[in-house]
Amino acid sequence: MSDAHASHDDSIHPEPTSFLRKYVFSTDHKVIAKQFIWLGLAFLAVGGTMAMMIRWQLAHTGEPFPVIGHAIFSNSAGIISPAAYTSLFTMHGTIMIFFAITPIMIGGFGNFCIPLMIGARDMVFPKLNMFSFWMMFISSAILVASFFMPMGAAAAGWTTYPTLSTVMGTPGWGQTLWVVSIYFAGGSTVMGAVNYITTVIVLRAPGMGYFKMPLTVWGLWLTAILNALFVPVLAAGMILLFLDRVVGTHFFLAGALVKSGGDPILYQHLFWIFGHPEVYILILPGWGVVSDLLSFFSRKPAYGYKVTALAMSAVCVLSAVVYGHHMFTTGLSPLLGQGFMLLTMFISVPAEIFFLNWLHTLWKGKIRLTVPMLFSLGLVFVFGLGGLTGLYLATISTDLYLHDTYFVVGHFHLTMAAAVFLGAFASIYFWFPKMFGKMMNSTLGKLHFWFSFVPINFVFCGMLYVGFGGMQRRLYNPSIYQTFQHLESVNKFISYSAFVMAFGGIFFIINFFYSLAKGEKAPSNPWEVGTLEWTHTTSPPQHHNFDVIPTVLHGPHEFNHPHLTDKDWLGQAEVLPALGAQEAK
Amino acid sequence: MSEAAIDHAPVGERVDPHFGTASNGKLGMWIFLLTDGFGFAGLLIALAILRSGAATWPPNPEIDKLGIPFTAVMTFVLILSSVTMVMALSAAHEGNRKGLVGWLAATVAGGLFFLLGQAKEWTGLISEGLTITSDHFGATFFVITGFHGLHVTTGVIYLFVILMLSLRRPIDHKHANLVEVAGLFWHFVDLVWILVFTFIYLIPSPPIPGGTP
Repeated sequence: MSDAHASHDDSIHPEPTSFLRKYVFSTDHKVIAKQFIWLGLAFLAVGGTMAMMIRWQLAHTGEPFPVIGHAIFSNSAGIISPAAYTSLFTMHGTIMIFFAITPIMIGGFGNFCIPLMIGARDMVFPKLNMFSFWMMFISSAILVASFFMPMGAAAAGWTTYPTLSTVMGTPGWGQTLWVVSIYFAGGSTVMGAVNYITTVIVLRAPGMGYFKMPLTVWGLWLTAILNALFVPVLAAGMILLFLDRVVGTHFFLAGALVKSGGDPILYQHLFWIFGHPEVYILILPGWGVVSDLLSFFSRKPAYGYKVTALAMSAVCVLSAVVYGHHMFTTGLSPLLGQGFMLLTMFISVPAEIFFLNWLHTLWKGKIRLTVPMLFSLGLVFVFGLGGLTGLYLATISTDLYLHDTYFVVGHFHLTMAAAVFLGAFASIYFWFPKMFGKMMNSTLGKLHFWFSFVPINFVFCGMLYVGFGGMQRRLYNPSIYQTFQHLESVNKFISYSAFVMAFGGIFFIINFFYSLAKGEKAPSNPWEVGTLEWTHTTSPPQHHNFDVIPTVLHGPHEFNHPHLTDKDWLGQAEVLPALGAQEAK
Repeated sequence: MSEAAIDHAPVGERVDPHFGTASNGKLGMWIFLLTDGFGFAGLLIALAILRSGAATWPPNPEIDKLGIPFTAVMTFVLILSSVTMVMALSAAHEGNRKGLVGWLAATVAGGLFFLLGQAKEWTGLISEGLTITSDHFGATFFVITGFHGLHVTTGVIYLFVILMLSLRRPIDHKHANLVEVAGLFWHFVDLVWILVFTFIYLIPSPPIPGGTP
C-alpha cells in the first residue's frame, strides 16, 4: 500500500469537534476555502474604499474625503495629500491583486471547487493547504502593519519599480514590509499551487479524464501551473529588492553614487517574467468559471469544450514569452521588441478561439438569466473590450504613445479588474448555495449586477478616453496641467460612475449577510446542472464530500440528451436509463 | 485492497495512464522542485544581466577572487553525498535498516561538510574584503551561494529527520517512498550547485574577447 493511499485516508478522518480544529486550523478544503474568501472579501472592501478615495481626489481635488476622511487623513484635515495619494494607488493595486483576487478566486474557489468537481474527498496535501492559508494570513497582517509605519505605507506603485522602490525613493519600513509581505504571499500561493496541481493529477474520480473535467477546474489548474512556475521569479526579485533596501546592496541602483552600477531594468525583467503570467493567473479562473456557466445557463453543451481547454492552455504557454511588451519604452533592443510584439499578438488567436466558443455556446441556447449568468455575460462583454484594447498596447508604435497613460489603466482594469470581479461575483452567486446551504436573493443580486456592470464600463472606458487624450496615470492633480484641463469633466464623470458602482456593492453586502442568516434553504442541485458537486453531495457538502466516490461517465455539460425525457441535464456520473446496462459495464 | 478502501480512495495505487504509479508525495516534490528551480533561475538571470551589463567582470579583479580548488573539493563531496543518497534508497528498498541509517548518516555528513566548507570560504572572502556590498560580484556571489546554502541546510535537517525516523519505523515500501522523496530534494540541491558552481566560479572572466561590452 503506497503513501498515496495513506494520505488519502487522512482526508476521511472523522470531522474534528474542537472549535479550533474545525474553524481555525482546519485542514478541510471547504473550510479553508471559506477562510480565504472571508479574507479576500474583507480586503476587497478595503481596496475598493481606496479606489473611491483615488477617484474622489481626481474629481474633487483639495476637498476633504467625506465621512471617514477626517479620521484617516487627520494630519491634513481630511484632504488626501500627495504622499497619501501615492500610497493609496500603490496599496489599492497591491491589495486588489494579491489580497483580494488571489484569495477569492484561487485560494477560495480553487480550494472549494477542485476537490468537489473532480470527485475527491479533500486536497491531496490537506496540511499544506492549511499552511497556505495561514501564510497568507501572516502576509496580510504584515501588509496591514505597513500602514502604521512611521513614514507610511508603500508608495512606489504596485509594480514597485526601482529606483523609486529603493531607499532613495521610498525610505521607511512601509515599503520594506511591503516587500516582505509580497514574499510571504508568494510562499502561500506556491504552496497552494503545488497542492492544486497534484490534486488534479492524482485525485480525479474514476472515469474523470482530463477532458471530462469541468472547465472551471481547467482554469484553476492552469492558474496553479503558472503560479508554481512564475511566482518564484518574483520572489527572487523581492529578495534582491529587500537586500537593496536593508543590507545596502545595489542590484537596482545605477549612477555615480553607486560603486558598481546596478541595473534598474533588471528588476523590470524579473518583475514582468512573473508579472505577465500573473495577469493570466488572475483571469484564468474567471475564464474557466464562465466557460462552464455560459453552458449551464444556456442549457447547451459548451461549444468546442476541448478546444476551449486547449486554447486556454495555449494562452498559458504564450503568456510566458511575452513579458517584454511591458518594457517597450525601456530601451529594449528593437529586434527583441518586435519579437515580443509578434508573440503578444499571437495570444489573441487562442483567446479569440475560446471567446468565439463562448458566443457559440450562447447561440440558440435556452438562456436562463439568473444572477450568475448575468455576471458571466458581463465578464464576456468587458473582457472583449479589454482584450481589444490590449492590441494597441501590444503594438510598439501605438504603445510608445499610450505607455504610462490612463489607457493602460483602463485596459488592465477591464481585463483583470472588471472581468475578474464580475467572474468572482458570478462564482460567489453560483456556489454560495453549495458553500453555505442557502440561496442568495436574486432581486438584490440583479440590482448588484446592473449597478456594477453599467458603471464599470463607464469608469474604465472613460479611462481609455482620457488616456487616449494623453493623461498620464498616477497624477495627483491632472487639472493643474493646461493640456489636461479639458478632461476634468470626463474625470468627474468617471469618479461619479465609480461612486455609483460602490453604491451597488451595498446590495451585495446586504444580500450576502442576509442570505447567510435568513436565506432560503438550498436544495442540493438548485441550478439543475450535472457536475459532481451538485449531483453527488448535499448543500453544504458533508465533511467527507462524497459517501461513495462517483464513477464519471460523461462530460461536464451534457444537456438535452435524447435518452432523457424528464429533465434536460445529465449528471456526470449518471447512468442513462436506456443504455444503463451497457454503460454500467 | 478491500472494497471499503476502494470506495474511500479513488486512486490508491490505481494505474493512471497520465501519471503512471508515482506516489502523491513524489509528484508533489517534483512540482515543488520545478518551482524552486524557477526561483534559482530568477537569481541566475539577475547574475546574467548584471554580468553582461558590466564594463568588466569581475568589476574589481583585486578583491573579486574565488578559490576554485577549495570549492571544487566541496563540490566533489556534495556530489558524493548524492551517491550515498542513492545507496541509502537502495538499502531502504531492501529493508536493510542498518545500511539505510549508515548511508543516510553519510549523506548528512556530506551536507554538513559542504556547509562547513562554505562557512570557511565565506569568512575567508569577507576577511579579504569581498562582501555582499563590496560590488556586484560580491552581491551576486553571496546571494546565490547563500540561497543555495539555505537549501543545503534545509536538506540536512530534512535528511536528519528521515534518519531519525529510520531508526524506529518499519523499513517498508512506505518508508522507502519517504526516503526517495527526500532524496529527490537532495539531488536537486546538488544539481543546482553544479549550475551555480559553473556560472559563478568556472565561466572564465573576462568573457569572450570581442563579445558584448
